[in-house]
Amino acid sequence: MLKRFRLEEPESANEACELLGRFGESAKVYAGGTELLLAMKEGLVHYERLVNIKKLGLNQITRDNGTIHIGALCTHRQLETAPDLQRSLPALVKLERNVANVRVRQVGTLGGNLCFAEPHADPGTLLIALGAQIIAEKGASKREIAAEDFFVDAYETRLAADELLTEIQVPVPPAHCGVEYLKFGYLERPSVGVAIALTARDGKKSVGDIRIAVGCAGPAPKRVAEAEALLKGKSTEEAIRSLPRAGEVAGRAAQAISDLHGSQEYKEHIVGVLLKRAFQSALSQC
Amino acid sequence: MSKAMARRSDAQTIPLSFTLNGRLQELEVEPHELLLDVVRDRFGLTGVKLSCDVQVCGACTLLVDGRPVSACTTLAFEVRGRSVLTIEGLAEHGKLHPLQEAFIAHGGFQCGYCTPGMILAAKALLDENPNPSEEELKHFMHGNICRCTGYKKIIESIMAAAKKLRRGR
Repeated sequence: MLKRFRLEEPESANEACELLGRFGESAKVYAGGTELLLAMKEGLVHYERLVNIKKLGLNQITRDNGTIHIGALCTHRQLETAPDLQRSLPALVKLERNVANVRVRQVGTLGGNLCFAEPHADPGTLLIALGAQIIAEKGASKREIAAEDFFVDAYETRLAADELLTEIQVPVPPAHCGVEYLKFGYLERPSVGVAIALTARDGKKSVGDIRIAVGCAGPAPKRVAEAEALLKGKSTEEAIRSLPRAGEVAGRAAQAISDLHGSQEYKEHIVGVLLKRAFQSALSQC
Repeated sequence: MSKAMARRSDAQTIPLSFTLNGRLQELEVEPHELLLDVVRDRFGLTGVKLSCDVQVCGACTLLVDGRPVSACTTLAFEVRGRSVLTIEGLAEHGKLHPLQEAFIAHGGFQCGYCTPGMILAAKALLDENPNPSEEELKHFMHGNICRCTGYKKIIESIMAAAKKLRRGR
């Protein structure tokens, strides 16, 4: 049962930020509501005001100079079905097609997913591996936050209370680049997620750049530079030999939490398994 | 008086004009009112069910502009200017929809609690993809949970309806 709240429906990002600034902690941004309304129904949080930002537009997917611009209010459904993304970011499309279920994807937004920062969410992990930038606006000022710096803790991001996430910018992966996101979980709840973006060199004889991110197992998705260093610039043979070690490093970095869906050790092990598979899959795409 | 209708004098109200099963409806709702409660309590359409309340089970599935949503987690004002279909609106001129007929013919339900949501989700699938593979069907429907009959007969029902609908085109 939802408690009463007042609804604000700003027509511009400026107006939205002004409302958020004025009402402070008693107000919250409302977009798809798929996570926020659940928390409110459970009585875990209550806000006197919800600021519905769906009149702001922010639902376009465009591309320029090798960057995909995704409006914060794009739904999972939109991302799952966008033809341009199918060509340029198939790993994101596949991820989106497997978010929760068809009803959640219909209304849940990418921006909302990132801002809510529920640990058991897929997109943040892949966006970190893709080197995405999060665009945050407040009044006339705008800043970019690297996806890998965006998440602070469970349900906590770098956004200020009166700042609005307006766009996600994803660089289109270059030629000879493979991207894979793999997850493991029970029903709709991912308990481990691993993303890899890598480039191959010399006809796949060696690994060029590589970015690795882990999520879902711990409080927040994170990049694992230490695991990347074990594979970057190595011959493919050597990299494959180093995968178990990289998996261990990534497993520890995930800060896995024991819960109903598995013990810490189990999840750490699964990180290693998924990392190996994601590496092979990404390499095969190069 | 239902919970949804008990209103304080200082409550904020939002005009809501939308199409429900083909008929234009105009009313006022408070921001926190859920689509599920409005459809059940104000319009008496009880085919839509509350079950898990966390968007996992699909018993509260309604179609909004032809797409499935969880009525338990949809604020009623969100359907402003939109078209909502409930199971009660699916039969036309007293004739059951092929999906409804197929669920009866193939024993696609037992207690029936999940059935309105199952059938509406299946309608959304078949409207988008008239000839789904079994894999595509399972992927689309995996967010609708049946806790008694099992899924085999539900899949058979939907596949049979799909075939019939394709022939009818």
